Amino acid sequence: MDLSTINPALLVASLMVAATPILLAAIGELVVERSGVLNLGVEGMMITGAVCGFIAAVWTQNPWVGFVGAALGGAVLALLFALLTQVLLSNQVATGLALTLFGLGLSALLGQGYIGIRAPTLPRVDLGPLTDLPVVGRILFGQDPMVYLSLLIVAGVWAFLKFSRAGLVLRAVGENHGAAHALGYNVRIVRTCAIAFGGACAGLGGGYLSLVRVPQWTEGMTAGAGWIALAIVVFASWKPWRLLLGAYLFGGVTVLQLNLQAGGLAVPVEYLSMSPYLVTILVLVVMSAGRAPGSLGRTFHASS
Amino acid sequence: MKLKHLLAGAAMMFAGAAGAQDDPFKVGFVYVGPIGDGGWTYEHNEARLAVEEEFGDSVETVYQESVPEGPDAVRVMQQMALNGADMIFTTSFGYMDQTVEVAEQFPDVLFEHATGYKRADNVSTYSARFYEGRAVQGHIAGQLTESNIVGYIGSFPIPEVIRGINSAYLHAKEVNPEVEFRIVWVYTWFDPAQEAEAARALIDQGADVILQHTDSTAPQAAAAEQEGVYTFGQASDMAEFKPAPRVSSIIDNWAPYYIERVQAAMDGTWESQDYWGGIDSGMVEIGEITDAVPAEVRESALALKESMGSGEYHPFTGPINRQDGSVWLEEGETADDETLLGMNFYVEGIEGDIPQ
Repeated sequence: MDLSTINPALLVASLMVAATPILLAAIGELVVERSGVLNLGVEGMMITGAVCGFIAAVWTQNPWVGFVGAALGGAVLALLFALLTQVLLSNQVATGLALTLFGLGLSALLGQGYIGIRAPTLPRVDLGPLTDLPVVGRILFGQDPMVYLSLLIVAGVWAFLKFSRAGLVLRAVGENHGAAHALGYNVRIVRTCAIAFGGACAGLGGGYLSLVRVPQWTEGMTAGAGWIALAIVVFASWKPWRLLLGAYLFGGVTVLQLNLQAGGLAVPVEYLSMSPYLVTILVLVVMSAGRAPGSLGRTFHASS
Repeated sequence: MKLKHLLAGAAMMFAGAAGAQDDPFKVGFVYVGPIGDGGWTYEHNEARLAVEEEFGDSVETVYQESVPEGPDAVRVMQQMALNGADMIFTTSFGYMDQTVEVAEQFPDVLFEHATGYKRADNVSTYSARFYEGRAVQGHIAGQLTESNIVGYIGSFPIPEVIRGINSAYLHAKEVNPEVEFRIVWVYTWFDPAQEAEAARALIDQGADVILQHTDSTAPQAAAAEQEGVYTFGQASDMAEFKPAPRVSSIIDNWAPYYIERVQAAMDGTWESQDYWGGIDSGMVEIGEITDAVPAEVRESALALKESMGSGEYHPFTGPINRQDGSVWLEEGETADDETLLGMNFYVEGIEGDIPQ
């Protein structure tokens, strides 16, 4: 075995790329769940974002427009979920599952005719001398802009939930929607905003898959990433920085195990293949001390 | 037992009803991925369309995409049979036990299982000799590589995949004694992100030719990001990545076989069999070799293809040793189908272990 062929800087750089779709989808879902709504449709919103982003990018030949399209696509699908669960008071679990199935089908339909086409991709930022620094240059200053944006979103969500008044209201709604309602907050509007934000983030994550990570459109290309995002939210006990750790850990071990295999490490492949799941669950379980938002998954109606 | 009888009875009722109304012959297809994967499932669906084209109104086809391998497949097959399918094609290795199980419950429905080895009175198996195409790929890859490292993305460690690795390796080694294979197992047939990541990992490790045995075009897209990396289309032509990185491909052409079998089933001459078609039968096609490949390499690759098509050359012709150095084939000896079908060892020179 020869580990010297694995370049740690390249490895860290590519783990950040591998983790970004899950990170984006998970941070959106975190906000949704902190507001007391369980949206199991992450996978459906991601894949819809992936196809909408791809189509928008191909049409305009501009990856940024693509990402805007991805966020919009995810958000629109999420608003459908909001309409069903917040206004029509349908069951959140069933509606979320249906949203996943719907998203998969809808994306396959929209994506017809876009298979095998190349979309404009996002160039990595190049800060000249900074990017050329040994080791840290490539990791800190040589990523594509979406990686930085995803980190900004995580920081933003953390600050929003911890320091802002609006964040406090959102958490109150999630902890006890009856009390929040009694205090005069509009539970429905708060939750609808959170759901739309979650959808936009999931869409961005999907768009990152189809525009940067793979990069092309293929039916069903999320292949379960949305479910992993959902799991990471729970294991991170609904805390943004732990979620970042979880997503990077998962992405990191995924990339690392592929590199170890390619490098010819003599560890049975089965262990390597399951390691991303095991390591992520282990670390987050050991750390976890969190508690689910009190009203998570419960239907709210002003009369009850 | 009770359920089994109930299901069988229901199936007979349906079959009886179907016969009485003179409905079209109904053929079901179970796919492991989405039709839009651009690879394996795409080609099976092309063959399904060819069946519809051939028989017109006398045949009706139904299909189900992205059916997980394992217990869930049982439900899908039962549903198809209960809805009156007369014949069902199950198009992935992982449906093997499920196909046999459902076939027992529906003795009047004919089953065709791709790439497996378990048969019954109403279960046939069929596969293509992809290893012949792999020989051509290895021949080209061995001469294209500058780094002498060829990356190989494997799906599951099953005989079909291992055969392909061995065949490609032997023919790469033949033209380039320095060549080395790096094999990555991704444990999925279809996961574009994972496949792209595997391709990148191999490229980071110095591989400049990537062979894949997974179903999506993602490795091609990942390879297209880098200059001087070459790939081969898998299962389908993947022509959108021509002329580079995709320099050639193996195309699975199932249509003639599907048409023949549906015809036989309608005529009542269908019998359980094991069919294994190669380049000679047209089931394995070699996609256009692009200009990225030097002319003399293209010539010799085509000659290799011809010699396999005419039956004059077998890709596994001795002397070949197993990985542990023991003799597998003596000088001039060719591999028998039984060993090939159950192949669970690497040939000499490949590094690493096959996951068990």
